[in-house]
Amino acid sequence: MTSRLVVIGNGMAPGRALERLFEAAPGTYDVTIFNAEPRTNYDRILLSPVLSGEKSYEEIVIHGDAWYEQNGVKLHKGKKVVAIDRAAKTVTAEDGTTAAYDKLLIATGSVPFIIPVPGRDLAGVLTYRDLDDVNAMLIAAENGGHAVVIGGGLLGLEAAAGLKARGMEVTVVHLMPTLMERQLDAAAGGLLKRALEDRAIKVITKANTKEILATHDSRGSTRVRGVVLDDGAEIAADIVVMAVGIRPNAAIAKEAGLETNRGIVVDERLRTSDPDILAVGECVEFNGNVYGLVAPLYEQANIVSNELTGLGGAGFTDKALATKLKVTGVDLFSAGDFADAEGREEIVLRDATRGVYKRLVLEDDKVVGAVLFGDTSDSSWFFQHIKDGTDISEMRDTLIFGPAYAGGTQADPSAAVATLPTDAEICGCNGVCKGTIVAAINDQGLTSIDDVRAHTKASASCGTCSGLVEQLLALSLGDAYDAAAVRAMCGCTELGHAEVRRLIVAKELKSIPDLMQELEWTSSGGCAKCRPALNYYMLSSWPGEYVDDNQSRFINERVHANIQKDGTYSVVPRMWGGVTNPQELRAIADVAEKFEIPTVKCTGGQRIDLLGVKKEDLPAVWADLNAAGLVSGHAYGKVLRTVKTCVGTDWCRFGTQDSTGLGVRIEKFMWGSWTPAKVKMAVSGCPRNCSEATCKDVGVICVDSGFEIHFAGAAGLDIKGTEFLCHVKTEDEAIEVIVALVQLYREQGHYLERIYKWAKRVGIESIQAAVIVDVERRRRLFEAFAFSQKFSQSDPWAERARGIKDAHEFAPMADLTRMEAAE
Amino acid sequence: MTIMDNIWIDVGALEDIPRQGARLVKTAAGCVALFRTKNDQVFALDDKCPHRGGPLSQGIVHGNAVTCPLHNWVINLETGLAQGADEGEVKTFVVRTEAGRILLEASKFVRNKDAA
Ligand SMILES: Cc1cc2nc3c(=O)[nH]c(=O)nc-3n(C[C@H](O)[C@H](O)[C@H](O)COP(=O)(O)OP(=O)(O)OC[C@H]3O[C@@H](n4cnc5c(N)ncnc54)[C@H](O)[C@@H]3O)c2cc1C
Ligand code: SF4
Ligand code: FES
Repeated sequence: MTSRLVVIGNGMAPGRALERLFEAAPGTYDVTIFNAEPRTNYDRILLSPVLSGEKSYEEIVIHGDAWYEQNGVKLHKGKKVVAIDRAAKTVTAEDGTTAAYDKLLIATGSVPFIIPVPGRDLAGVLTYRDLDDVNAMLIAAENGGHAVVIGGGLLGLEAAAGLKARGMEVTVVHLMPTLMERQLDAAAGGLLKRALEDRAIKVITKANTKEILATHDSRGSTRVRGVVLDDGAEIAADIVVMAVGIRPNAAIAKEAGLETNRGIVVDERLRTSDPDILAVGECVEFNGNVYGLVAPLYEQANIVSNELTGLGGAGFTDKALATKLKVTGVDLFSAGDFADAEGREEIVLRDATRGVYKRLVLEDDKVVGAVLFGDTSDSSWFFQHIKDGTDISEMRDTLIFGPAYAGGTQADPSAAVATLPTDAEICGCNGVCKGTIVAAINDQGLTSIDDVRAHTKASASCGTCSGLVEQLLALSLGDAYDAAAVRAMCGCTELGHAEVRRLIVAKELKSIPDLMQELEWTSSGGCAKCRPALNYYMLSSWPGEYVDDNQSRFINERVHANIQKDGTYSVVPRMWGGVTNPQELRAIADVAEKFEIPTVKCTGGQRIDLLGVKKEDLPAVWADLNAAGLVSGHAYGKVLRTVKTCVGTDWCRFGTQDSTGLGVRIEKFMWGSWTPAKVKMAVSGCPRNCSEATCKDVGVICVDSGFEIHFAGAAGLDIKGTEFLCHVKTEDEAIEVIVALVQLYREQGHYLERIYKWAKRVGIESIQAAVIVDVERRRRLFEAFAFSQKFSQSDPWAERARGIKDAHEFAPMADLTRMEAAE
Repeated sequence: MTIMDNIWIDVGALEDIPRQGARLVKTAAGCVALFRTKNDQVFALDDKCPHRGGPLSQGIVHGNAVTCPLHNWVINLETGLAQGADEGEVKTFVVRTEAGRILLEASKFVRNKDAA
C-alpha cells in the first residue's frame, strides 16, 4: 500500500526533496502539500530579478501545475497549516482542511524579522520574502516616490537596487558602520557603498530606526510617511522594506511538542524528535546551525528523499557556503568563514581605481574564506580550494591573483575554468559539478546555455554561474559554440525574425519575392512557416503600399472563417463589446435554420459561433448576416479578436465607469488591424473584474479615479496574470495608451508571438518607456496605428458576399460528378 | 477497357487557379484538388490528407508541396508522399496542361453506369 506523505510548506527545499523522491521511488507515497502561499513552487532566489524587472514570475517557476498533476500530488494552495496532531497523525489548515499522514515533512522556511519599533504595522511597511512582497513593492513603485530599506545586508541591498530600477528614490538605512559587515570588512563595505551611491541609492550607516511615521488622513486610513532615526533625522518614505534578518519558522513544530531551539532540531538524517516527522530547509537547526542559503538546503533535500525511500546514504554535514550579491553591475562574492580569529591570516588586494578588492582568509596554509569585490571571475577557483582544503603554501605568493598565476601562463578567461577538476562545483544552488555539465554537453549534444539549464539545472536558479557554464560550453564545443546564435525563422533562411523585420525596413523591401531575392532565401518561394510571417511583416511595415498576398495566408485568414476538423467552417459575427440585440439574434437564428447549421454555440469571447458551415455556403451566410448589420468578428485571424466587457455603470451596482462603452469604443477603433498573433482584450467596470481582464493581452480595470491598464496576460497553453502598465484618468487617454501599446507590438512582435511573450523578450520596462514615459513616442505610435487602420477597416465578409473578392475560393473549378461512362 | 480511356477532359484554365494555390474538381470518386505551383506546374491529388483526412486544397502551397491546414503535414505534390517524419500517401492523378487549359484523364473519374 502507498503511504501518505504530508508536506507543510512548498518552498525550494521540499520541492527538491519531492523531485528526488519521485525520481528514486515513484508511486511510493501519496503526497499532499499545504502551502500558505497561493501558488506552486518557485525560485525564491530569483525574486530580486523579478523585482528589478530583469525576469518575469513565469521564468522563476520551478514546478508548474502540470508537475503536481503528473506526480499525483494534491497541492493545497493558500492553505496554512495551524496545527499538527501527532497522536492522530493529522494536520489541520486554517480553513479546516485536514490531512492524515504516515510521514510528515515540515518545510515552513523562515519568517522575516520585524524590528519592534512604533509604526511597524502601518500599511506600506513590507518585508522581503515572497512574491506577494515583490508585488506589493511593484505596486508602490508604480507611483515613484521614496522607499526606505532598513537593513544593508544581501537582501536589503537587492531590494534597494530593484526598487531603484523601478524608478523609486531609495535610501538604505543600516545599523552597523559598514554594509554587509558579516561578509565584508570595512574597506570592501566602503567600496560597496560607493558602488551603490553611484547608482543613486543613498546609504546611511550607523543608523538606528526609532520610529515609522504615519500619514494623517481625514478618512482614518493611515499609511507610512517616513522613518525617524535615533538622532532625530527624518527620511520621507512611501514604503519601508524591512530586511534585517530572518528566523526559522518553527512555531507549529514547537506547539506540536517537537524539540525546537532556534529552529526545529533535526539529526543528520533530518529527523525531528518524532520518528515519523522530518524537517527540511530554513526551518531546521542542525548542530546549533541554521541555514539561509539554498545549497545546503538542497543537500538536505537529497537526504530527506533517501530517508523517505529507506535508501540511506551519507548524512548531512556543514560545508563552506558561498554567496553572490545579485545586483546587476555590482560583482560581489563571498565564501567560507572570514571572521577574525586566533591563528588566521589575511591576504588582501586592493585596486581602488578599478574598484577591485579581494580578501582571502587563511588558516593552517588553507583558504577558509574569500571575499571578492569588483572582479569575481576567480570565485569558483577560490571556493574549490576552500572546500577541498588545498594546501596553498606553494602558491601563497601569487594566490590572490588567481589561477592565472598559480599554474604559470594563462591569460584567457576560460583558462580558470579549464583548470578546475571535474568534481568542482559549478552551480552551488543545484549542486552540479563541472564533470556533469561537460558530460551532458558532449553526450547529449547540447549547444546553448538553455540546453544546459534544461538538462542539468546548472545556472537555472540564481544564475550567477551562467558565465562559468558558458565557458564550459565554449571549452567543450570550441568554435562551434556561438553565444549569440539566433534561431532561424525557418529552413529557408539563416536569419531570425528580428533580423528579417529590421532588414525589411532598412532595405525597404516591399514584396515577398523582392525580400527572398535580396535576403537570399534558399528555397524557391518560401515555405508555410516563413510566408505568413513575411506577409504580416510587409503589411505592418508598409500599410497602404503592400498588397496582401492571400496565398501566403493560412486558410482561415484566406477565407475569413475557421476551418473545422471535417473541412467545414465556423462563422462568428462581431458583437461589439459582447453587446447584441433582438434583431441580430433573429438574423443569426434565421441563418442557422436556412443553411442547416448544425451547432450554435457561445464563444469564450462573448459572441455566437455558427459551426459546421459548408465552404460554398459561406458567401451566402455572410450576405444574410451583413443584411442585419453583422460583420466579420475576425475570430479566425492574427488580429484583434474580442473586447470582453462587463455591464459597468450601465447596470452594475459596483460599476465605477462605463466599461461596456469603453470596450465598444476600443473594438470599433481597433478591429481589422493585423497583429503578430491574436489579441484579446477586456474591460472590467471595477476590480471585481467580471470580464477577467487580468489574463488578457490587454485588460482595463475601471476604478473610481480612472482606468488601470494591464497587459501581457495569458490564459491558454500558458496561464499568466497581466502586468500593470499604467493608470490614466480619462477614456481618451486609455485608448491612446492601448493603441500605442498594440502598435509597438505590431512593430516589434515576431510572427505568432503573443503579447506576453513579446513583453518577456523585449522587457516590460522598454515597453513602459515607449508608451508611458515617452509621451511623444506614444503619440507617434498612436498615429501610425490610426494611419494603417485606413487600409484595414473594410468588412472582409461584405467584399466576398458580393463576389468582388476571391470568388474562386468558394466554388469548385469543375464538377464531373454527372459524367458517365459511354459504352 | 472502356471508350473513355485516353480521353482527356478540360476542367478549366490555368488562370482559374491562383499561383501557389489550389482549386477543387468534384468527381464521383470524391474531390480532387488541383494545385498550381509558383512555376505554373499543375498537380492533381485526392483532397484528403493521409493523416486525418484534412482538405489539402485548403493548405499553403510552397515549392512542390502543400502543408495540410489541419495539423501541418507536408505532402509532396509529385509523389503524394508525406514528407519528413510523417508517413502516408495521397493518391495522385495524371494531369496535363495544354495551351493554358488543364486536362484530366477521364477514365479515372467516370461513374460506372451499372453501379450508379
Ligand atoms: C529575496 C531573496 C533572495 C535570496 N537570494 C539567495 C541567493 O542568492 N542565494 C541563496 O542561496 N539563497 C538566497 N535566498 C534564500 C533562499 O531563497 C532560501 O534559503 C530558500 O528559499 C529557503 O527554502 P525553504 O524551502 O526552506 O523555505 P521557503 O522557500 O521559505 O518556503 C517555505 C514555505 O512554507 C510556507 N509556509 C510557512 N508556514 C506554513 C504553514 N504553517 N502551512 C503551510 N505553508 C507554510 C511559506 O509560505 C513558504 O512558501 C534568498 C531569499 C530571498 C527572500
Ligand atoms: S467588474 Fe465590477 S462593475 Fe463590472 S460587473 Fe463586475 S462587479 Fe460590476
Ligand atoms: S489531417 Fe492533414 S495533417 Fe492532420
